[in-house]
Amino acid sequence: MSATKTAARTEPTRRDFLYVATGAVGTVGTLALAWPFVDQMNPDASTLALASIEVDVSAMEPGQAITVKWRGKPVFIRYRTDEEVAEADSVELETLKDKDARNQNLGPAVDATDLNRSAGEGRESWIVMIGSCTHLGCVPVGLAGDFGGWFCPCHGSHYDTAGRIRKGPAPENLLIPPFGFVSDTTIKIG
Amino acid sequence: MKMTRLLTIAAAAAAVGLAAAAPAQAADYPTKDPRQIEWSFAGPFGHWDIGQLQRGLKVYIEVCSSCHSLDLIAFRNLKALGYSDAQVKALASEYDIEDGPNEDGEMFDRPGVPADRFPGPYANAQEAAAANNGAAPPDFSLLAKARAPQRGFPTFVFDVFWGPYAENGPDYIYSLMTGYQDPPAGKEVAEGTHYNPYFISGDTLAMANPLDDDLVDYDDGSPQTVDQYAADISAFMMWAAEPHLVERKQLGFKTMLFLIVLTALVYLTKKKVWAALKQ
Amino acid sequence: MSGGHSQYKPSSGLMKWLDARLPLPRLVYDSFVAYPVPRNLNNWYTFGAILSAILVLQIVTGVVLAMHYVASTDLAFNSIEHIMRDVNYGWLMRRLHANGASFFFVAVYIHMFRSMYYGSYKEPREVLWILGVILFILMIATAFMGYVLPWGQMSFWAATVITGLFSAIPFIGETIQLWLLGGFAVDNATLNRFFSLHYLLPFIIAGVVVLHVWALHVSGQTNPTGVEVKNMRKETVPFTPYATIKDLFALMVFLLVMAWFVFYLPDFLGHPDNYIPADPLKTPAHIVPEWYFLPFYAILRAVDFNIGIPFTEVVLIDSKLGGVIAMFASLIVLLFLPWLDTSKVRSGNYRPMFRQFFLIFVVVCIGLGWLGSKPAEGGYVIAAQVLTAWYFLHFLVILPWLSRYETPKPIPASIADAVLADESSASSADKKTAPQAAE
Repeated sequence: MSATKTAARTEPTRRDFLYVATGAVGTVGTLALAWPFVDQMNPDASTLALASIEVDVSAMEPGQAITVKWRGKPVFIRYRTDEEVAEADSVELETLKDKDARNQNLGPAVDATDLNRSAGEGRESWIVMIGSCTHLGCVPVGLAGDFGGWFCPCHGSHYDTAGRIRKGPAPENLLIPPFGFVSDTTIKIG
Repeated sequence: MKMTRLLTIAAAAAAVGLAAAAPAQAADYPTKDPRQIEWSFAGPFGHWDIGQLQRGLKVYIEVCSSCHSLDLIAFRNLKALGYSDAQVKALASEYDIEDGPNEDGEMFDRPGVPADRFPGPYANAQEAAAANNGAAPPDFSLLAKARAPQRGFPTFVFDVFWGPYAENGPDYIYSLMTGYQDPPAGKEVAEGTHYNPYFISGDTLAMANPLDDDLVDYDDGSPQTVDQYAADISAFMMWAAEPHLVERKQLGFKTMLFLIVLTALVYLTKKKVWAALKQ
Repeated sequence: MSGGHSQYKPSSGLMKWLDARLPLPRLVYDSFVAYPVPRNLNNWYTFGAILSAILVLQIVTGVVLAMHYVASTDLAFNSIEHIMRDVNYGWLMRRLHANGASFFFVAVYIHMFRSMYYGSYKEPREVLWILGVILFILMIATAFMGYVLPWGQMSFWAATVITGLFSAIPFIGETIQLWLLGGFAVDNATLNRFFSLHYLLPFIIAGVVVLHVWALHVSGQTNPTGVEVKNMRKETVPFTPYATIKDLFALMVFLLVMAWFVFYLPDFLGHPDNYIPADPLKTPAHIVPEWYFLPFYAILRAVDFNIGIPFTEVVLIDSKLGGVIAMFASLIVLLFLPWLDTSKVRSGNYRPMFRQFFLIFVVVCIGLGWLGSKPAEGGYVIAAQVLTAWYFLHFLVILPWLSRYETPKPIPASIADAVLADESSASSADKKTAPQAAE
């Protein structure tokens, strides 16, 4: 009699353990199965293969600009004239709307001096920026606007020759993507 | 369970019927069934022989690529063959890729980058056909899956369990590459075709024997024989046809293990649940 | 049975509130928890649940594939290869979907043979059966259109041949074919509409499945004895946990088999020629449909003769139309099955002659499938004609004849009787160990 009682008391625990184990393994399996269905929406291998590009700039002369496509967005590459560099360099930092360089190669909280906006010491003439207005993402027009740099026709944002926002609704300077010169004539973006 | 017994009988009867009727099958091509060789990538634990794939790539580049394209493979894919980023970049830059149009509206050639795909030897299918007596050489990308001779009854049933066998594509390519021979006496071989009993849709084909001993230099000491070349290019083509083959089998093993554990647990749970009913 | 009063008792105030406004939990509870099922169902009865699971799997993988697939004759083939090569786990999604279609048919054929053997189509389950046949036909249409999407050689020529069937219809056939294709041949317009319909039909299937399950829950399950439930308490068990766990176990075993194919033999059930891009100027040497259509394909090709008035030259039905009629008739005849087999005894277990003919019928179906994969020449055609004739004979002559003249074995008075008889004979060997377990 007592034996049956013990059996009746222990059996539910054994059964409960089985239920919990089955449920747990089943849940793990369901979660594992869910991952491929989530991951398939991430960028695929052919997209990732184009995450970084190399641009040949050997043919560019001072004053010329090209636009290349990088990660689906336009990137402005401008070989600036000395006058344009001087003009941008002469601007007082205090007068800028956005005082951050917005240069991904330098990191956050760097002053928006012309040097920090350009390709760096020795390559001050080169400027590489994502051609997407920081207001709402339109593509600004080059050599236009009140400051001789870029002008966004959508809502009237004016950028200077270093791509810094000077007037209009845009909050930030044009973003500078990660890039570098792999040789004197080749820029690698991304 | 009476239905189970019944269906077993039905299946057995059908199988006997099929087996009896099988010899009546019309004489089909290929004349000879592909020779089966041991592939490293066969079976549930299959894996690539990286050295073999690299040799296969070399055979493709030095021999096959003069006629056959490889449209679906990008240079970046070759990293799976054990090459470094720099090696892939260097190889890609050896190829001229047509790009454009430029500002003048003209197409231009530039050196390849890893994201580019292998450029084919011909501009289009018509040019390919015109250069090869009307028989355009097929693209290599999927050939190892597109040329898989049917395996008759009952072989295909055993294939499910034994192996499981899914290598008739590379077996076929290997057999074709090593199968060129003199036609049997009395066999007429049309001008511009070549006798090969392993060919899938006839006993002669337009392609001449492409391989010869010492045609390609191997630097890893592998024998420079037609047999080795044929095996290497077949393995390479299997990789090209299904780059994720090994990944698939590895995930498959984990999945099967998991399913077996869960099935066992569900079975025990089921026993417990129904046992409660019987009391 | 679910027509009876509901046993659902809301467990909390919130559920009570919801129950008064939208009794969804009550519906779920009554349909999938409390729903009584006969306790003597065997494993052949688990395929309904398996089919539901695969339908969900097909829809989910299908939605995923549609995110990457391009329905254009120029890009479709390469977009599939893009999925296979570049998309994260794309190869898995595609393999699951393609093999899932095959296993969908494996399950549906077993489900149908089970219904036929146990007489599940008989009164009062005629509508349940007819909905099932409609589901089968919808599945065929969906699978066919899905097979066209990869735009390989087999895709293209399957589309050409099957849409060509409609041109056999007298007078209006050509017009219908033109309308179906949206052009003079299978082309971009055809591919795009097939993609659209292939995406739509599974949701219609899901809708009809709801009706199918509803009809099932009105009449209740049959069971291997074919005797209706007489004593709810003794002869039925609640769906959850008993049927749920049993179906789940069967599903796991089914998935194990399917995984074997998906991971180790993913191309086994497909055709190599579909790895060659579609070429409208070149037909492959042998064109065959996917394996699950082979029996119907054999019936289509079996009619290679004109049917006319004897001793005259008048042709009433030419061979092409004859084949098409035979193929569609082989499906349509299923709809009338409840009125062709009028035997009062449901289960094949108690119909000795029916069992023999059922066995022959299964062999005939497998034989037709095998013949469908063979070239239509010589002995194969004759064999296909014999088996096709038998297929129709089974439904139109044998079943009605059996219904009238067969002497069934005595059927048990109730499920409880049958189960007890089974258990006492089967478990007499276990009885020795039973007391030990109790100690």
